Amino acid sequence: MRKLIFIAPTVMFVVLVGLFAAQLLSGRDPKTIPSVLINRPVPDFALEELPGRGMPLRSSDLKGEVSLVNIFGSWCVACAIEHPFLMQLKQQKAIPIHGIDWREKNPMDGLRWLQKNGDPYTRVGLDPDSKVAIDFGVTGAPETFVVDKNGVIRYKHIGPVTAEVWEQTLKPLVEELRK
Amino acid sequence: MKRLAVLALSALMLSAPLALAVQPDEMLKDPQMEQRARDISKHLRCVVCQNESIDESNADLARDLRLLVRDRLTKGDNNDQVMQYIVDRYGDYVLLRPPFKMTTLALWAGPPLFALLALGLGWRLYRRPAGARPDDAPTATPLSAEERKRLEKLLRTEESGS
Amino acid sequence: MTLSIAELGQFSLALALCVALVQSIVPLWGAQRGDGAMMAMARPGAVALFLLVAIAFGCLTYSFVVSDFSVSVVAQNSHSDKPMLYKVAGVWGNHEGSLLLWITALTFFGLAVALTGRNLPPQLRARALSVQAMITFGFLLFILLTSNPFIRLNPPPMDGKGLNPLLQDPGLAFHPPMLYLGYVGFSMAFSFAVAALIEGRVDAAWARWVRPWTLTAWVFLTLGIALGSWWAYYELGWGGWWYWDPVENASFMPWLAGTALLHSAIVVEKRDSLKSWTILLSILTFAMSLLGTFLVRSGVLTSVHAFATDPTRGMFVLLLLAVSVGGALILYAFRAPSLQGGGLFTPISREGGLLLNNLLMTTAMATVLLGTLYPLIADALVLGKVSVGAPFFNAVFVPLMVPLIVVMGIGPMLAWKRGDLRGALSRLWVALAATAVTMAGSWLYVGGTVDDLLAAFGFGLAAWLLVATLVEWAERIRLFRAPAGESLRRAANLPRAAWGMTLAHAGMALVVAGVTASSAYKGELVQSQKIGETVRIAGYDVTLTAATTVPGPNYEAQRGVFEVRKDGALIAVLTPEKRLYRSPPMPTTEAAIHTNGLSDLYTVIGDPDPALPGAYVTRLYHEPLVPLLWYGALLMAAGGLVSLTDRRHRVGAPVRKRAGAAAAAAAKA
Repeated sequence: MRKLIFIAPTVMFVVLVGLFAAQLLSGRDPKTIPSVLINRPVPDFALEELPGRGMPLRSSDLKGEVSLVNIFGSWCVACAIEHPFLMQLKQQKAIPIHGIDWREKNPMDGLRWLQKNGDPYTRVGLDPDSKVAIDFGVTGAPETFVVDKNGVIRYKHIGPVTAEVWEQTLKPLVEELRK
Repeated sequence: MKRLAVLALSALMLSAPLALAVQPDEMLKDPQMEQRARDISKHLRCVVCQNESIDESNADLARDLRLLVRDRLTKGDNNDQVMQYIVDRYGDYVLLRPPFKMTTLALWAGPPLFALLALGLGWRLYRRPAGARPDDAPTATPLSAEERKRLEKLLRTEESGS
Repeated sequence: MTLSIAELGQFSLALALCVALVQSIVPLWGAQRGDGAMMAMARPGAVALFLLVAIAFGCLTYSFVVSDFSVSVVAQNSHSDKPMLYKVAGVWGNHEGSLLLWITALTFFGLAVALTGRNLPPQLRARALSVQAMITFGFLLFILLTSNPFIRLNPPPMDGKGLNPLLQDPGLAFHPPMLYLGYVGFSMAFSFAVAALIEGRVDAAWARWVRPWTLTAWVFLTLGIALGSWWAYYELGWGGWWYWDPVENASFMPWLAGTALLHSAIVVEKRDSLKSWTILLSILTFAMSLLGTFLVRSGVLTSVHAFATDPTRGMFVLLLLAVSVGGALILYAFRAPSLQGGGLFTPISREGGLLLNNLLMTTAMATVLLGTLYPLIADALVLGKVSVGAPFFNAVFVPLMVPLIVVMGIGPMLAWKRGDLRGALSRLWVALAATAVTMAGSWLYVGGTVDDLLAAFGFGLAAWLLVATLVEWAERIRLFRAPAGESLRRAANLPRAAWGMTLAHAGMALVVAGVTASSAYKGELVQSQKIGETVRIAGYDVTLTAATTVPGPNYEAQRGVFEVRKDGALIAVLTPEKRLYRSPPMPTTEAAIHTNGLSDLYTVIGDPDPALPGAYVTRLYHEPLVPLLWYGALLMAAGGLVSLTDRRHRVGAPVRKRAGAAAAAAAKA
């Protein structure tokens, strides 16, 4: 008993080092925040269209079919990185992709950006003051939500959607949800 | 390497123009209401930043959240309702002072527990054999007579100064 | 082919690694075998180790000074148009260079022990230097394998990427070296503790040898933290000075542990008690320093100001932490039980007070540790993502500090072994009265509402500590009880260590007052201010008279000109700036501060207001008593320095020789 007290610091230290090692080896990024909205219906919203583009985005549009909701902005560097792959998905008709054009200073910016780089989206809504983005719990752009047939959020991907992300994570989930 | 690339990308994602936290155009007319908004903001973490409250952050999203906080307040929410509104969307993660629940039990119970442990340890260290007076208690590894004499002489030379 | 400077540095580091390896083994083995020649190797070994690392550090510094962009870290972190101060500061403004500074400090402390510890028993010195060399070896391996500062680029870029402009500031230029000297200084206490554990012997003489190193480290760390805090205050632009950020906590935890160590070592020295506890604290303090390094460089936690993080490096530091601290703790588990004993004492005694201080300090440290690591713990145990921020720390830390400050007032008044609490309190009647008066006075002064009660309590605590400290000092010199001449003579003869305590405790009182005032009565005005418009804050009329663009050496600044008037008289012209640096392109704010010595008027200029032509977003803060924080920290560090010059600790003091001879004789016996 008397000796136990001298071993206690070692024991505590080992536990602590174990925790650190586990955390380092897990490769988890402490910065990513899991969404609390998974398995909850998409928030109620009705966003304006991009000027002259038509096809605005409302929550009711997300029912009936499995779809992706992609948060983007013309100011967002990483969005430009995932953009070609979204175009590819569109060409393959893999899945309807809806866009939320987030925090544009000028409503035309997003439109011009899509005209220049191609437009992978079915419907696009304009969210200049983060009202809807906050309802979606968005922490940055790009972020992509997988929404099922009943309009329930099933998954959130933070960062660019790449071929790898699509093949390994999103596509299997989408196929599962389509059943 | 892949992880690094992801980190670099997320850094790009987060780049935001600099403006210094709360701007005059965000502020509410009613100073009391504004003060409440500031207090709430200081307790909410900026989700795109590393480790700042939305009150301190320059990020655009932090600004939008500050505006949202003020919007909810003017619509008549009380402080807890405003906090809950944000927590419903971002989770407990945004609370800089975590709520007391099962997952944070160890966090909140820790400090009082440490204090108790310290008291216990202190009590152990104070304890002395029954009947022994503090002055003449034996030491576990007694110094030899010669050593003790030398030590005392040593300490005396020091004390003489005081 | 000639050897380039960078290659010389690299070569020098590799050589240092070899020397460190030999140094880790030979003196230790010699001490075990009682071989004098092998033990004697420790001193030249420590000198060589320092010289080699210093050469490497010099080479890196030279590469920065001449902007040799063929060296990768220079290209990444420097730029040819940077002012010279920041070229030099750039050496430690990055992971690799700061690590080299760490190692330089590590070997510098080894050198200091080798040069000054002539009176140490040879065994203890040999073992301590060996342990120090082991740590050095680990870090050299770390730097050479994962973070080599001498990696070359071929072809070299035309110019560098520049140093983060936030770091281009005199305050931050000196903050890291101070901090590292503090962190690393505690390695000496660690090495002595491990040496003592190997020897199985801790006595008053040991405590006396360790104390100066602990004090030195503590002074540097105190200054380092204060400098960092001061920098945050004037550079980040919202007048905050402490954020409970993981990186700040990483430097605060060793400070708390080190402060506890300083005090428990006194008990070992004077009363031969609390030995195993003091040894544990020595290990713990350095463990906290290493932990800080790990947290800052591994990326396991998110922080506002971390280095570029990398899990491989994190793993390496963790390994270093595990081997060094783990090894020491295992040794402790085996040897500490035999260190028990020593002078006994009742709870109400000087030792009792010091022990209580220790327990509260360690509890505070454990609390900060828990709060800092909890997000990581929750994540690893899949409890979800948790944020632990300033509101949590303020809520749990303050209650721990209150009893600490109460005890700080009483403890020094108690006698060793068995004190008289009632007697001490009655001698402290002045302090008790001052506390009551301050509480009531400050409460009424600020308005006397319920909200002000807490702040009044804080001011009362500060008054208690300050006056109690002064009373203790006055008693020592028999102020007002003896003729002035005698008091003066007594003051002159007062041991430096006693002076040190008085200064440090008074400094702490000032800090308490500063913290209280700044958290309760900070005034803030944010507005869109037109040129020529005057706003009023805390009795000052502040007029924005102009906003101009001025060029700097490597930035362009938008400068606001504020005229500050009090009762109509112009008392200051303040020129805060908003700077846009060129490389890397990044904006910073430079606040302009007017201080009257007791409170600050803090001004910041922001962007032009798009909605109101000719107007700028300005921020004005009134920071009452914040200067007390810096005075307090300086007083504390000064206390440490004065205590360091005490005869007992002075390098080569006759007493030390006697102590050394005594211990040597004891070892022979």
